[in-house]
Amino acid sequence: MKNIPDSEGTLWEVFVQQKTGQPYRHAGSLHAFDKEMALENARDLFARRGEVSGLWLVPASEIIAVQPDDFAPFFEAADDKIYRHPTFYQMPEGAKNI
Amino acid sequence: MDTQQALFRYNLRLGDTNLILGHRLSEMCSRGPMLEEDIALTNIALDHIGQAEALLDYAGTLEGLGRTGDDLAYLRPEWEYYNLLLAEQPNTDFAFVIVRQFMIDTYQCLLYDHLRSSKDETLAGMASRFLKETLYHQRHSRNWVFRLGLGTEESHSRLTAAVNELWKYAGELFESDEVESILAAAGIIPNPASLREPWLESVRKDLRQASVPEPPASHAATGGRNGRHGEQLGHLLAEMQYLQRAFPGAAW
Repeated sequence: MKNIPDSEGTLWEVFVQQKTGQPYRHAGSLHAFDKEMALENARDLFARRGEVSGLWLVPASEIIAVQPDDFAPFFEAADDKIYRHPTFYQMPEGAKNI
Repeated sequence: MDTQQALFRYNLRLGDTNLILGHRLSEMCSRGPMLEEDIALTNIALDHIGQAEALLDYAGTLEGLGRTGDDLAYLRPEWEYYNLLLAEQPNTDFAFVIVRQFMIDTYQCLLYDHLRSSKDETLAGMASRFLKETLYHQRHSRNWVFRLGLGTEESHSRLTAAVNELWKYAGELFESDEVESILAAAGIIPNPASLREPWLESVRKDLRQASVPEPPASHAATGGRNGRHGEQLGHLLAEMQYLQRAFPGAAW
């Protein structure tokens, strides 16, 4: 274990599954010094009440996220190519189940 | 003493140990070393108080004098409390909280596991429920023993100090008198002495893993199970029982 003075440990993101087969959803975050402690804290904070069938813990530092500066190249490039959106196309007359 | 009287007294002993330990842990509420641990300790406090409630309610039924679990919790004086001395030891520092918990959790895991097959169905049912919670408590306190033992120089020395100080209360966990003898003979509880070796083996193994030296042999402090307590319990009860003493019969 690393010796981190006056620290509450590292930040972990918590994902909770409410029923077997359902997707894991982000529920919040917590501090812990190691994996086991992260799991126990998650149990106490997010799984003590209500139905929970699974918990995933991810060190927040291991998550890579798109930075605000990259929003335009990542997300907005398609805006001027309206034909990429399904709404661009007319539904053929009489077609069902599309 | 007949079996029912013995079972009444035994339920008080188990119930009181849980109630006093639960109260001690509740004193940590808002004083935990970090928010997450504060919540963990408070959750564990609630589990112990819940176990105490079930045990004391059952004790009241066995006694047959119309006393409820609440009456037993709030209206008995110190010398009628039969908890283990270990449970009432104060929250000297976080290491004390963890070691006290670790010693009792390991003991309760063994005890409840045996009590699940008690010939007394009510006790067996309660033990099955309690064991699930207690296995989690043990996991929590045990991991902290490793974390403190293998952490910094200071955490290691505080952990060792707590083990050395609390070790003298371990002997009381395995004592028996007429109460336990009657119940063990009737197949209602395990012989307390039979839990000693498995407990020592488990605790020693974990302490070794945490690199805590074997605690030196010391005299065994005893008496809690018969109502003889240290100076701390009176203060605890004064706070816990204040409302019912000041306003008898007060209810929500």
